Amino acid sequence: MDRRSFVAGLAAATLVPRAAVSSETRPWEDILAGARGQTVYWNAWAGDERTNAFIAWTGEEMRRRFGVAVVHVRLRDTAEAVARVVAEKQAGRGSGGSVDLIWINGPNFLAMKTQGLLHGPFAEALPNWRFVDTTRKRSNVIDFTVPVEGFAAPWRMAQVVYVYDSARLAAADLPRSIPAMLAWAQGHPGRLTHPTVRNFLGATFLKQALAELAPDPDVLQRPADDAAFETAAAPLWVWYAALRPNLWRQGREFPETGPAQRQLLDDGEIDIAISFNPSEAAVSIANRLLPPTARVFVLERGTIGNTSFVAIPFNAANKEGAMAVANFLLEPATQAYAQDPRHMGNFTVLDLGKLDAADRQRFLDLRSDPALPTNEELGVPLPEPHPSWMTRLVAAWEARTH
Amino acid sequence: MLRAAPPLTLALFLLPIAAGLAGTALPAFGYLPALGHTEVSLDAWRELMATPGLADTLALTLRAGLLATALSVVLAIGFCALAHDRPWMRRCESALAPILATPHAALAIGFAFLILPSGWLVRMVSPDLTGWHTPPQIVTARDPQGLSFAGGLVLKETPYLVLMILAASVQMRVRDLTASARALGYGPAAAWLFAVLPRLYAQIRLPVYAVLAFSLSAVDVALILAPGTPPPLAVLAMRWFADYDLALYPRAAAAALLQLAVVAGTIVLWRLFEIAAARLGRAIILRGWRTPAAEPVAAGAALGAVAAGVAAFAAIAGMALWSVAAGWRFPDALPDALTLDVWIRHLPEAGRPIEATLAAGAAATVIALVLALACLENEQRAALRPGTGTLWLLYLPLLVPQIAFLFGVQVVLVQTGLDGTLAAVIWAHLLFVLPYVFLSLADPYRALDPRFARSAAALGAGRVRIFVRIKLPMLAKPILIAAAIGFAVSVGQYLPTLFAGAGRVATLTTEAVTLAAGADRRVLGVYAVLQAALPALVYGLALGLPRLMFRNRRGLL
Repeated sequence: MDRRSFVAGLAAATLVPRAAVSSETRPWEDILAGARGQTVYWNAWAGDERTNAFIAWTGEEMRRRFGVAVVHVRLRDTAEAVARVVAEKQAGRGSGGSVDLIWINGPNFLAMKTQGLLHGPFAEALPNWRFVDTTRKRSNVIDFTVPVEGFAAPWRMAQVVYVYDSARLAAADLPRSIPAMLAWAQGHPGRLTHPTVRNFLGATFLKQALAELAPDPDVLQRPADDAAFETAAAPLWVWYAALRPNLWRQGREFPETGPAQRQLLDDGEIDIAISFNPSEAAVSIANRLLPPTARVFVLERGTIGNTSFVAIPFNAANKEGAMAVANFLLEPATQAYAQDPRHMGNFTVLDLGKLDAADRQRFLDLRSDPALPTNEELGVPLPEPHPSWMTRLVAAWEARTH
Repeated sequence: MLRAAPPLTLALFLLPIAAGLAGTALPAFGYLPALGHTEVSLDAWRELMATPGLADTLALTLRAGLLATALSVVLAIGFCALAHDRPWMRRCESALAPILATPHAALAIGFAFLILPSGWLVRMVSPDLTGWHTPPQIVTARDPQGLSFAGGLVLKETPYLVLMILAASVQMRVRDLTASARALGYGPAAAWLFAVLPRLYAQIRLPVYAVLAFSLSAVDVALILAPGTPPPLAVLAMRWFADYDLALYPRAAAAALLQLAVVAGTIVLWRLFEIAAARLGRAIILRGWRTPAAEPVAAGAALGAVAAGVAAFAAIAGMALWSVAAGWRFPDALPDALTLDVWIRHLPEAGRPIEATLAAGAAATVIALVLALACLENEQRAALRPGTGTLWLLYLPLLVPQIAFLFGVQVVLVQTGLDGTLAAVIWAHLLFVLPYVFLSLADPYRALDPRFARSAAALGAGRVRIFVRIKLPMLAKPILIAAAIGFAVSVGQYLPTLFAGAGRVATLTTEAVTLAAGADRRVLGVYAVLQAALPALVYGLALGLPRLMFRNRRGLL
């Protein structure tokens, strides 16, 4: 997607009248009653088996406890679901839409929010919202600099880490900065890669480098224009031009997704892989997807963190069921289950200080794991740049790699 | 009522394809009222042409498509030239069934694992023979030239063409023709190539064009085996169609039309090549050259065909092994231990896709059988000469790239509120199931000795009775085979399921392709095995049922 068409897309969107915003004010009991018997079509990227299993588990729990069926509509890319909602709006389908819940954030969320394609605000009406950490985990309320304003509910934290096999690389030799990564790659040609930049994780690889290399990182928090992008990204492209010939397959081909990249790591084709999940190593070891010696590391100057959300399209057919799912995802027991490295291993969006003792204990009981980084090791996550930076990075990368 | 069958059947095909093409063509030329564009413009084409890497995309598409088709044709012909008079040749059909039943995507997934630098082949010889403790840094699957992509297609298309040749040669007196040629001093392969192939080729021409069209526009195999930067044209169009940014919509439509032009142009090119090859062949025959080189060349091609067959079986076996592997790290040739864990964990979750796959496959196959039988019966009652014209029209969905009209079809489905329903998926599958069912049924149906029907009529049986009591039982075997083929075609559909099902109707194939982007290889193994097992099961039924039904009627077997 190049910049021109993105702008044109936004311009086209302004031709579309914004859907009437209906904020959620019904009592929760009414919503739960309405949810009973509904089937929620949860559109979610399906490239990660652990997440798929977690969504399947959510479906079982929802059926058992609330009489809500959950169908995982498996996407190759979140944009597919956004496109479907846009198409339905174009076709005049204002209700009874086919998408009930979307796993979303970043540019996809911005597009839906600015085009009035989302139901809400609803997140703050969820009973479990009171547990959400809105002060120290700012990405729960500000997604890629865009205020969420209750149009999406958080469900898991993400932070960039790099995964490696400690049996092959010594911790002392790890590249802990972006320039060091270039030097490492030059010393180990073909042993580093990143997912294609069309994939969010591949784009994040570049954003992480941009965050460290941009002369003035503050500019990333504002929408990018031509001049700002050129100035901020110039050192990145110098770095990348030197890096690319030293990547796996000389940087001519890239794995399609994060899991595909992890498979390369397990197959021994590469030595370092980027991940958005601090428990990537622990979870993958538990599922025999990586050797028991797999570990993660972060960069000295910090790594980008964000929150994954679920949102409800304006025309969703089963809004009550979707809200019930969103609320279920925020339950302390659910969050503890999700954070368990035997399941999904995603760090919680909740503020443990807001939980009662029993619920807090669920998190403290989680098995400590040598492959799991501590909070001190992870440091304070860096904020995501405004979505326009990602859009421009993808377009510029596409033009450069052809 | 029967007379309505052919027009009804054609309407089921031509109208949606025409509507779909229109729905793709209009936005490509700037007409998109939903977005406020009502003037014709070439902007979409300009944007398409300005796409970075478009030249590479086109080159890749043409190279892989032509290479895959040419190789498949050469291997299939070489194999038949060499093996046509072997006694085991007739049993080939059932040996090929598993490959034919395995959907393209499943085979591609297994093939990728076979040839990766860290794949099965390298694991088998490492580290003992190669010294490789880490995978070699070589480029195999997803190579920029598209060779692995072409290879993946060849695995599937060669057996299909062999089967088409086998079917076509039933109607020719192959033995007499080759015997005469042998008597004139031609070698066994040359005899078949010069005496049989020229006439036989006319009958496999349409299947060859279908292979060509498919190879140029495949999306599922391309997503697994073709390079992603830049990708083949159909994948590029697909990417843009799936984008939420509406401004990409006309450009995607333009790319889909370009895909249509590429296929049409390449078919014309192929036709010209056919004419030239025929001239050359005729000149060689007229000069009486005995072409001793034909024997080793045919032997080489036959060897290639056998290698493709072995690779296809290895691909399926590799994924089956992964599905029960506890752990299997490079450079081990075999998994450390076997376990059914992954099956136990994922089989319940695969229940829904299995149901959808079975339902869509069964419904599309039954409808296709009814329509095909109605058309054929009508043809006989009206004493029509089987025209080749209708054949062309039936083949249309196979010759027009899916991406070029499925998008327009989806717009119609959204407008009528039918998208995302199983009915829409069944109908979309029917577009591709019916041609294959009709083609596999037409020859046996027309070849049935008319004297059976006449005798029955003389004994006082009505037309319906003749059809039900005489024709259907006598044709039970080809009907069941046609059903099995139709079912396998349905199971393999990726794009039609995606577009008509609006992502909500998940089949084993859509699940497998989604997972192929890199999820756990063991889970992928489960889906690939299931994907191959269902059609194989139906094939088994088709081959076994007649034996059960007619165990006391030897002549019907």
